[in-house]
Amino acid sequence: MSQDHVDAAAPRRSIYRHALAVRLTHWLNVLSLTLLLMSGLQIFNAHPALYWGDKSDFEHPLLAMTAADAPDGTGIGVTTVLGHEITTTGVLGLSFSANGRPVERGFPSWATIPSYQDLATGRLWHFFFAWLLVLNGAAYLAYALASRHLGRDLLPTRHDLAHIGRSIRDHLRLRFPKGKEAEHYNVLQKLAYLLVIFVLLPLIVLAGLAMSPQIDAGFPVLLDVFGGRQSARTVHFIAAWTLVAFVLVHLVMVLVSGVWNNLRSMITGRYVVEEEEASDGR
Amino acid sequence: MDDRGTIERRLLLRAAAAAAALPLAGCDKLSSSDWFRSLLASAEGANLRVQRLLAGRQALAPEYTEAEISPRFRSNGTSEPDDPAYQALARENFASWRLAVDGLVERPTSFSLAELAAMPSRTQITRHDCVEGWSCIGKWTGVRLSALLDTVGLKPNARYIVFHCADSLGGGFEAPASYYESIDLVDAFREQTILAYAMNGAALPIPYGAPLRLRVENQLGYKMAKYVMRVEVVDDLTRIAGGGGGYWEDRGYAWYAGI
Ligand code: HEM
Ligand code: HEM
Repeated sequence: MSQDHVDAAAPRRSIYRHALAVRLTHWLNVLSLTLLLMSGLQIFNAHPALYWGDKSDFEHPLLAMTAADAPDGTGIGVTTVLGHEITTTGVLGLSFSANGRPVERGFPSWATIPSYQDLATGRLWHFFFAWLLVLNGAAYLAYALASRHLGRDLLPTRHDLAHIGRSIRDHLRLRFPKGKEAEHYNVLQKLAYLLVIFVLLPLIVLAGLAMSPQIDAGFPVLLDVFGGRQSARTVHFIAAWTLVAFVLVHLVMVLVSGVWNNLRSMITGRYVVEEEEASDGR
Repeated sequence: MDDRGTIERRLLLRAAAAAAALPLAGCDKLSSSDWFRSLLASAEGANLRVQRLLAGRQALAPEYTEAEISPRFRSNGTSEPDDPAYQALARENFASWRLAVDGLVERPTSFSLAELAAMPSRTQITRHDCVEGWSCIGKWTGVRLSALLDTVGLKPNARYIVFHCADSLGGGFEAPASYYESIDLVDAFREQTILAYAMNGAALPIPYGAPLRLRVENQLGYKMAKYVMRVEVVDDLTRIAGGGGGYWEDRGYAWYAGI
């Protein structure tokens, strides 16, 4: 076990890991993504169904959340995914208000902003924080390019890629690098960050814009890219949950690789590196 | 599990729920405070300006083929106005219906359906995007709004075109209020902006806004007023109804519905 190596006497040193610009844009990004997800679920609830193509084929949604009557007269929540019905009472389709009353809604009130059904207000939140996400993302990219953060810290080196197998094995054993190697992101971390920054986030922004009738008039090519406005809505939804999946893994890695050290580094910039021990088993 | 463990677990769960509920309650509180709503709403102006800049003021919405027309076009909002005057008009197929065009125009005029049909028209197969999230495709034929406005002549201070409708929404908690909508001159003079009297090749059916409805193809469905009875040209929207420029705008929705 990796804990075997923890030695109170192991030499440590503190390094400056994250520039102010990275820390600031990171936390603004966390804020806007959280609010975008929850206001997005509010928007979704106005018509809790997804389709493929240009128009909605109401009889054949890819995904739909509805409430139905159980044989005993009580309400149940039903989620239909690609034609398969799943009972999701309490969470999707039908959930319970604070006073225990069953309410028909796609996602439950604890997942949406506002907590009550209000599409207009959900849209207010969504478009405000969409702008924050985009402007913050542009500021981050400008900084990452100008300061060479992108090239220096995020692009995998040839050496990184050659040793990706080892990095995967280390991750599976929750064994994290020490010494010189710990000063940089490892290769899986770099690839995950690049995927989020250059694929997922641009994808969700473009899919969001493809749902705009005004943008579609100016850039009909967006509809060709996504395969229609309803497809863009579906892609937007899938991209949102893929981001959630990334964040869950990201949070687990932050937790298991030294939660206070990681958080301190993303708040104050300083990160403590444990020196490599000669007796390291590798 | 012993009782102690269960109680502790329950307490822990309850504490976690409370910790999660706190920011949620905060968001609800912010959602109903005026200053925060106007902060959020500042994005609407950015949407309008940046989207028009990017897409261009003449951009046409994509048009589709006959084969792509929705077999079942959804009808939202009112599907049959209960106003007795409207119902009387509907019973005689809108033969004595007239569209009033007034306000800041040089020659206030009213038009019969036949007169509108004789003016420059446009037919287009377009996608209708509802603010709720769904889309349907339909074919619309109508008089170009620009032709109508050129016929009556706009006064120099004209800024918005307001559409007054025969249907009312509300009831229950809210007193019923007449539907209305408004657009500015940029959208009014787009080639695809029409007052439609036909849908999918037949006279416009009542659920879709007979005898006349607006089509502004670069905006969402709630902008496209149905059952239009009067077109009023104004320089300021704040004096009409709730002042927001439309029925839904008066209830919190954005006036610019290009996204
Ligand atoms: C510039 C960024 C974004 C833009 C322009 C944008 C735009 C939109 C629009 C126009 C809708 C309404 C769709 C409809 O008519 O139903 C929507 C819905 C939604 N948005 Fe976004 N959005 C953005 C970013 C995000 C992000 C980052 C997330 C999640 C982390 C997100 C999650 C959602 C969800 C879950 C919905 C509900 C409907 C659906 O899944 O498409 N959005 N967004
Ligand atoms: C509460 C939630 C979050 C916490 C506690 C957190 C924490 C952290 C920490 C500690 C780091 C530094 C990792 C290291 O030094 O090895 C980091 C980096 C990063 N995080 Fe997060 N994070 C959170 C949410 C997110 C979200 C929502 C995203 C985007 C979807 C994200 C994207 C990134 C990226 C791209 C980096 C690398 C930044 C760079 O070096 O330019 N994080 N995060």
